[in-house]
Amino acid sequence: MYPNLSFTIYPLSEQAIVIDFGQGTSLSIHQLVLRCYDHLRTDALPVKHEWVPAYSSITLYFDLFALAQQTGDPQPFAFLDKYIREKLSALPTVLPQEHRVHSIPVCYDPALAPDLEACVQRSGLSLDELIQLHIAIEYQVCFLGFLPGFAYMAEVDERIAFPRKQQPADRVHAGSVGIAGRQTGIYPIASPGGWQVIGRTPLHLFDPEKEIPVLFQPGDRVRFYSINHYEFDHFEGGTA
Amino acid sequence: MSLTISKAGLLDTLQDLGRAGYRHLGINPTGAMDQYSLQVANFLVGNDRDEACLELFFPAATLSFEEDALIAITGADMGATMSGENLPVNKPIWIRKGSLLHFDHLKEGYCSYLAVRGGFDIPAWLSSRSTHLRAGAGGWEGRALKKGDQIKFRKTILCPVDWNKNHHHTLPFGAAPLREALPSDMVFALRGPEWNELDDQSKDHLSSNSFTITVPSDRMGFRLRGEYPLARKTDRELVSSAVDFGTIQLLPNGQMVVLLADHQTTGGYPRIAQVIKAHHHRLVQKRPGEQIRLKWVEYEESVRSCISQEQNLRHLQIACILKLEEHCTHEPFRNQRISKPDH
Repeated sequence: MYPNLSFTIYPLSEQAIVIDFGQGTSLSIHQLVLRCYDHLRTDALPVKHEWVPAYSSITLYFDLFALAQQTGDPQPFAFLDKYIREKLSALPTVLPQEHRVHSIPVCYDPALAPDLEACVQRSGLSLDELIQLHIAIEYQVCFLGFLPGFAYMAEVDERIAFPRKQQPADRVHAGSVGIAGRQTGIYPIASPGGWQVIGRTPLHLFDPEKEIPVLFQPGDRVRFYSINHYEFDHFEGGTA
Repeated sequence: MSLTISKAGLLDTLQDLGRAGYRHLGINPTGAMDQYSLQVANFLVGNDRDEACLELFFPAATLSFEEDALIAITGADMGATMSGENLPVNKPIWIRKGSLLHFDHLKEGYCSYLAVRGGFDIPAWLSSRSTHLRAGAGGWEGRALKKGDQIKFRKTILCPVDWNKNHHHTLPFGAAPLREALPSDMVFALRGPEWNELDDQSKDHLSSNSFTITVPSDRMGFRLRGEYPLARKTDRELVSSAVDFGTIQLLPNGQMVVLLADHQTTGGYPRIAQVIKAHHHRLVQKRPGEQIRLKWVEYEESVRSCISQEQNLRHLQIACILKLEEHCTHEPFRNQRISKPDH
């Protein structure tokens, strides 16, 4: 048994139950959630279902009617509760350290990043120092949400952990790289949004024509590198 | 083998039961607002339950049929007419090619479903034909239908040859409208994971009063406004977590939003209640300006209601297959059994 694995399980709806690891916001909690997510995905549940991670919880969405039929139990919550507890009691203490690492070009230019100058001012850093702090870390994709392909990545250096904007922008351009607290993320499609936009990537992070239409998956790692405006405009192979 | 939008409506999209399996990529299932009515429409014309239908909001599109079709309209009654005659909801109707279908006035409900036998010939995106408006993908070019859009049917269906009426003919069977013996504004709900963060007064208020659906309300969710705002005992910020169709979140201003078909996959607001699945159709057929009130039920009861609703749907499906065989004996209809009953 993995040490200190503590969680509660409760139903969210008739077709969804939540494994809740508490309100922790540390990177180590997120990584534990991802390990549990990886392990739970090797399940053998007999009905259509999906596991969906968040920062400190994992939700199982399932076909209630099919599960009641398969288990012969008209109230399958207890079955799932037991199943999950048994599965997680066998969580390996050592996992293979395999994960995909994406290198994402970002142009940190005020012309493409409406909040960059204000962020530089607020931080008391130079533009170059801010960029260096943002690209120095290999980020963890903790989960995806908000928009198709929008990855919540941790953990941003405290010196550039700018809070969400008071008033969300009506339209944030696709490719915008933002910061909200100790998380960073990229808008795959244009949307209203409240993150502080400090750069933009020329990559297309959402392509409905692809079999998997988004670039990131939970558990991936991401590194940013800085490109200039000319490189941004002439970037080849827009899809990552 | 098609129908054409001869006049656009407010928000008409193709929807099915949604695309499950992609929430972990931030892609929410979307699909029909009223999945119960969508399935009934499909069964009435002998389709599989998850065939894509037109989802219509009032004022709805005017539809021009270029080929014969067997259709059914379910959900909201928007006063469908053809050649000046009223068409019923919840019954299969033969439509002769060259007919024009209008929706004249909203009698009851919020959204309607129009199924055609054999389904619409549109490509699936991530195993579903539902329109994902936010992603601009799925359904009909990822968007709401516009004037001039011509949507093909997947199968050629011919009206009975011995039929000499002009435009339409309603078959003599249908699905009884779903009417629980409940006040029409009542919706059953579970207490949500963050229910206990509400102060006592707010718990009482939510348990005993009506709430008005206000604008902006749309496929993403209904805003609910009460007499006074609800308050929490704490002001801690929550870590984003899972939400579902029917989740009622408490917004920072003390009002609520109940999440519907186009909701995001995760949310950071307190989840104070959850509308039970068997009452989603009651909820989404309310419209802005109307009121709802919640009645708490226990989890076990919500599961029983959900399973019982599914059993009723399966009975309806089998009944429809038998009735269609009884009433449609002409070729090529007889050889075109489309739906496979679910076991």
